[in-house]
Amino acid sequence: MSAIVYTETVVHMAPERFVSEAPYQIAIVTLDEGGRRTVRIAGQRVQIGDAVEFVEERNGIPFYRKRD
Amino acid sequence: MGMRSVAVIGIGKTAFGAFPDRDLRSLAVEAGEKCLTDAHVSPSEVEAFYLGNFAGPAFVDQNHIAPYVASALGISGVPCTRIEAACASSGAALFQAVSAVGAGLYDLVLVDGVEKMTSRPTAQVAEILAGAGDCSGEVLVGATFPALFAMIARRHMYQYGTTREMLAAVAVKNHANGAKNPLAHMRKPITMEQALAGKPVSDPLTVFDCSLISDGAAAVLVAPLERAREFTRNPVKVLGIAQTSDSVALDTKEDITTFRAVRLAAEKAYKMAGVTAGDIEFAELHDCFTIAEIIATEDLGFAPRGGGGRYALEGRTCLRGERPVNASGGLKSKGHPVGATGTGQICDVVTQIRGDAGELQVSRHSIGLAQNLGGSGATAVVTILAGA
Repeated sequence: MSAIVYTETVVHMAPERFVSEAPYQIAIVTLDEGGRRTVRIAGQRVQIGDAVEFVEERNGIPFYRKRD
Repeated sequence: MGMRSVAVIGIGKTAFGAFPDRDLRSLAVEAGEKCLTDAHVSPSEVEAFYLGNFAGPAFVDQNHIAPYVASALGISGVPCTRIEAACASSGAALFQAVSAVGAGLYDLVLVDGVEKMTSRPTAQVAEILAGAGDCSGEVLVGATFPALFAMIARRHMYQYGTTREMLAAVAVKNHANGAKNPLAHMRKPITMEQALAGKPVSDPLTVFDCSLISDGAAAVLVAPLERAREFTRNPVKVLGIAQTSDSVALDTKEDITTFRAVRLAAEKAYKMAGVTAGDIEFAELHDCFTIAEIIATEDLGFAPRGGGGRYALEGRTCLRGERPVNASGGLKSKGHPVGATGTGQICDVVTQIRGDAGELQVSRHSIGLAQNLGGSGATAVVTILAGA
């Protein structure tokens, strides 16, 4: 499952349940099959226009990472 | 359908700020009492009460808030209803009140708005506010409200070349105004350098791009225009008002650099008022984040699409600019007690129209607009007011 980053942000001030994980990056990605979803970015930071791919789902959170 | 013309005949607000020794009810009662006094109306004359409040149950563990506040104001036996529409809660409450008076159901309706936010630590407040987003998607992934507006800002920058300086220009302007507002939460001017060097909240937004977590209340009394002068020498006419909606999740919107609900509400309110964007002399806009004010100026037709950043940077929205925006200091400096923000904006616009804004008085003040936004644009309320 691959997608293109539509927009992104690095969250520094996190809500209570994610405080220990900050800073972390989230992005809205446009899926190849159509539609968008909000995802967490694993590993390297991404920018608008970057191609990303699905890595795994952890605690209901979809993680994507930059494609090489 | 024919509708009676409606007027604002009274306003009242508390200071906005962090008040550890004040509870939700005492704030709402203070604003309500000031409003009734301003309108020369007694509590027993009020025929319906609408309370805008976003998250009383989460912030202060209190439900059933409308009769809880109304009875303390001396209002009883009449319909008392809480309206929740995230940060547009009291704008939406005003819309209900104007609709009801316009339809002839009641003559005197009190609209109060209140939020008590500072009794919780910031991370908990962020968690509660995030509840205005889609908790099965964006919030689950870790989005806060600053994060949602940061993603909006990033996309606006990418599509239109909006810069950090343009965002900072909004913060500098609103702090300059708020510094002169005795009821503002943060009465402190900031420089462009400070605004650019703020502590990061959610990139590219820093603390200086974000509105404040505040306690406060604001109330408005509406009546049929034909009866307004029985109560006050300076009624303000509701020329137009519209409430609209859109989907909640940011990732369901085709273009996140504009708020469809705001564009729709503006279109309806302008039509009802028989005016165009060019007729609006000043405005109180929902700057929950600096980027939100920039987009609001575009969605309302003050600036061209994508040109809101430049419009702000050029100083056109300053107190002495061609169309002052947020002369009060806006949510950025005045504070953003979520449920009180919509009615707070109406109080500020009415104060300007009456010519009572003191140091912050805008030069042309016969017709003003208030725009109240819920969440990341799922609710919008646009109200156009003019001297009667």
